Amino acid sequence: MTFRKYLVLAGVTVFAAAGDSMLSHGMKQTGNISLHHLQGIILAVLNPWVAVGIVLLLAFFASYMNALSWADLTYVLPATSLGYVLLALVAKFALHEQVSPLRWIGIALISGGVGFVAGGPALTAQAEGLESKYPLLAKDARNGAPLSDVSHDAVTISSGVQR
Amino acid sequence: MKGAYTWGGIVVVVFASVVGDVLLARAMKQVGDVHDLWRRTGLWPVVTRTLGNSNFFLGVTAMACAFFSLLFALSWGDVSLVAPAAASLTFIGNAFAAKIFLHERVDRRRWIAATLVAAGVALLAG
Repeated sequence: MTFRKYLVLAGVTVFAAAGDSMLSHGMKQTGNISLHHLQGIILAVLNPWVAVGIVLLLAFFASYMNALSWADLTYVLPATSLGYVLLALVAKFALHEQVSPLRWIGIALISGGVGFVAGGPALTAQAEGLESKYPLLAKDARNGAPLSDVSHDAVTISSGVQR
Repeated sequence: MKGAYTWGGIVVVVFASVVGDVLLARAMKQVGDVHDLWRRTGLWPVVTRTLGNSNFFLGVTAMACAFFSLLFALSWGDVSLVAPAAASLTFIGNAFAAKIFLHERVDRRRWIAATLVAAGVALLAG
């Protein structure tokens, strides 16, 4: 894990939370959209909050795809859930809203879950891919070295070659 | 009867988003480490390789289905039930799907994490 990869994960969290809240703020201004008045969607997109929200959600999608290219799905997903924590903290400290005890418990549970995953390896899948790309490393893996270390080494080696 | 519709909607939402997440994760593993690829070939090939991947296309389609079925489920049931139930069940479903279809090593650490996050999201989104 490099600093840049942590930045990408932070982007996943922040863009999702900010995009969702801007979208919901904007949609409350534009009002209901029904299937019979689809032109309402066009009006909604013209709302600056909705427009910025959509741009932020596109940024979220880009960083999510970026993260999935080098980490497991079960590693990246808890990072997306940190967005809920972020929103609750913003509600409490920036908007001075009441955050109920149940919500604080929720925050603690999510943070604990993220801590559990973050302590482990980022990438565990892709054994077959490694074998075809780095046959020597994969052989080491079969001889007992943990796969996660191998995949980490493989990433470092491949980037080292490029430099 | 309303409850059956609501839970049916929730199941569809969870199913579609798990399918979408798994397909997108598989697509990006096929594309390869974006950081490496970017350094070697520049940004444009990364974009075309991603957009040209059929799993990526299917994944986005599944995500769109999840989004629209969420809208329908929300019109059948209360937000305070549908939103947290769909979000937290998706985390559990993804842990199973990642283990089965992506061959990720979902060890005890990750099961605990998935359960904690699912419970936390259920509390926060409610």
